[in-house]
Amino acid sequence: MAEVEFEQVRKAFGGHTVIPALDLQVRDGELLVLLGPSGCGKSTLLRLLAGLEVASGGEIRIGGRAVDGLGPRERNIAMVFQNYALYPHKTVRGNLEFPLRMRGMRRGERDRRVAEAARALGLDAVLDKRPAELSGGQRQRVAMGRAIVREPDVFLMDEPLSNLDARLRVQIRAEIGALQRRIGVTTLYVTHDQVEAMTLGDRVAVMRDGVIQQIGPPAALYEHPANLFVAGFLGSPAMNLFEPAFEQREGARWMQLGGNWSRLPEGVPKQSRFAGLRPEAFGAGNAEGAHAITLRGEVHAVELLGHERIVYLRTEGRMVEPVPGGIGTSDGLLAARLTDGPAPSLGETLTLRANAGNIHWFDAEGTAVEAE
Amino acid sequence: MNRWPRLRAALAYALLLAFTLLFVAPVLFMLVGSLKPDDLVLAEAGTMRAFFPDTISLGNYRAVFERVPFGLYLASSLIINGLIVGLGLLVNAFAGYALARLRWWGREAMLALVLAVLVIPFEAIAIPLFYQLSWIGWRDDWLVQAIPFVANPLAIFLFYSFFLGLPRELEEAARVDGASVLRTFFAIVVPNAKPAFASVAIVLFLFHWGMYLWPLLMTTSEAVRPLPLGIANFHTLPPLQWGDIMAFGVLMVLPVLILFVVFQRWFVRGVASTGVKG
Repeated sequence: MAEVEFEQVRKAFGGHTVIPALDLQVRDGELLVLLGPSGCGKSTLLRLLAGLEVASGGEIRIGGRAVDGLGPRERNIAMVFQNYALYPHKTVRGNLEFPLRMRGMRRGERDRRVAEAARALGLDAVLDKRPAELSGGQRQRVAMGRAIVREPDVFLMDEPLSNLDARLRVQIRAEIGALQRRIGVTTLYVTHDQVEAMTLGDRVAVMRDGVIQQIGPPAALYEHPANLFVAGFLGSPAMNLFEPAFEQREGARWMQLGGNWSRLPEGVPKQSRFAGLRPEAFGAGNAEGAHAITLRGEVHAVELLGHERIVYLRTEGRMVEPVPGGIGTSDGLLAARLTDGPAPSLGETLTLRANAGNIHWFDAEGTAVEAE
Repeated sequence: MNRWPRLRAALAYALLLAFTLLFVAPVLFMLVGSLKPDDLVLAEAGTMRAFFPDTISLGNYRAVFERVPFGLYLASSLIINGLIVGLGLLVNAFAGYALARLRWWGREAMLALVLAVLVIPFEAIAIPLFYQLSWIGWRDDWLVQAIPFVANPLAIFLFYSFFLGLPRELEEAARVDGASVLRTFFAIVVPNAKPAFASVAIVLFLFHWGMYLWPLLMTTSEAVRPLPLGIANFHTLPPLQWGDIMAFGVLMVLPVLILFVVFQRWFVRGVASTGVKG
């Protein structure tokens, strides 16, 4: 067990910089999720820690020890790969045993550790089979097993669930979480799936273009996104982001959103340029009163999810979405998660209400600004 | 209605059979000739008797062992080819792996060079090589007949393209699990590259089993001469007996045939997989 520190770590491939200068501390025993779109540098960061890539600058420490000059074998880390990377010519036992053999462990101790890992992961029955004879879920478990037999300082997991079907993914996700809590090994978990990040992570670091946009507990990121990118990346459907028109009249600030002018409460930051509203912030009936804002739109699509429905509206006004390197115009559909009221029909004009207090404000650079 | 497709199939098969016979004929001629009394081999060469003998004897085979030291030639050939294949698998696999996986300065230039060397026929460099080795006084043993052929650009290329197709994560997993580069190669890469090793073994063996020019240049003693020089030896041993030569030929082809049948499954798979990934 150990804490992991990245200090001013830089990585470039040829002339192309993937990670400009990154600082990150992973606490001892913590499960930290690196979340971001593909190509954001999250896997590269993992590979730098594993020693599979060499950093172009900065320092990486595991348990206080600088590991920059060390090869993968000297770092005492274990890694679960996206495609599992099980050795096809070895049995499950051979796969689990391999890292122990490489450390010169005695036969008796090896057998004990393998048996223990197999029991913990329900692999007893398949120990003498080869990977090709296993199901996807079993392969995933063998990959996990190969990581835990070592009792490493740090676990690295690179999208370990992405090759599983949806049902199995949920099940194994829960197993990974339980396993990690039980053995308490510091874990870095890379994914582009926000649901995995939100459910598994003690903390989540959202990355983009090799830069950590925000790091914190999942709920904090969801409730207080630091910028437009994090706001747009976390949540499904994503936060609705607007670039509304503002006006000062009658001693108050007004904002035009989705065709309607609404009076804003005191304390909305002056530098606000973009406004964000989560789909669940809307209701047909809630947010009556002084701080209510209303907006109208034409129903474009309705997704029935049983206990709720997601309604997509086409509204007037400018909607935006964060794109690599800046802010772009979105397709202009507003998503609202509605739990009550009659199901709207396509083409119908719907009026939605939301509480102005639920609006996330961002300045012209896309950085979150808190209400005063 | 049904007759025309059948007729066409029959014609097609007749044509295929004709071509097959055309290509198999020399081999058949050799096999049959080896079993016939010596004087009949040439006498019946132009007739159907060349393929359907009326008398069969193993006399020619006995003669092969009596007139020339066949066992010695065979031993030399097996030793030389064993060296070429054994060392060749190791050296070329290392080279292919270094080109496919390791990062080093000049890697791409070296790959281009390997491909360029593919087109140089050995005959073009045989004489300079002969002078070079004579100058250091190395000739007339088994090693000198094997070492120049251990590194083989085609074999390197076959390994290279096969290794490129192996999932890189396997090796990375092994490195993280604590294996050194060399250990990773032998414990993880080699077991998963059996088809490539089989194809390279066969390619190297086939290339060099019939080698004639180089042993002729480099050897003077019968004790180290391989089979192709042995068969040529008959021409210097009057009387010229074609039956004996045919029998020698059959004995020379046999090991290759056995090797091919044994490894055929791997060979086909190896060619198929290197083909797809290369």
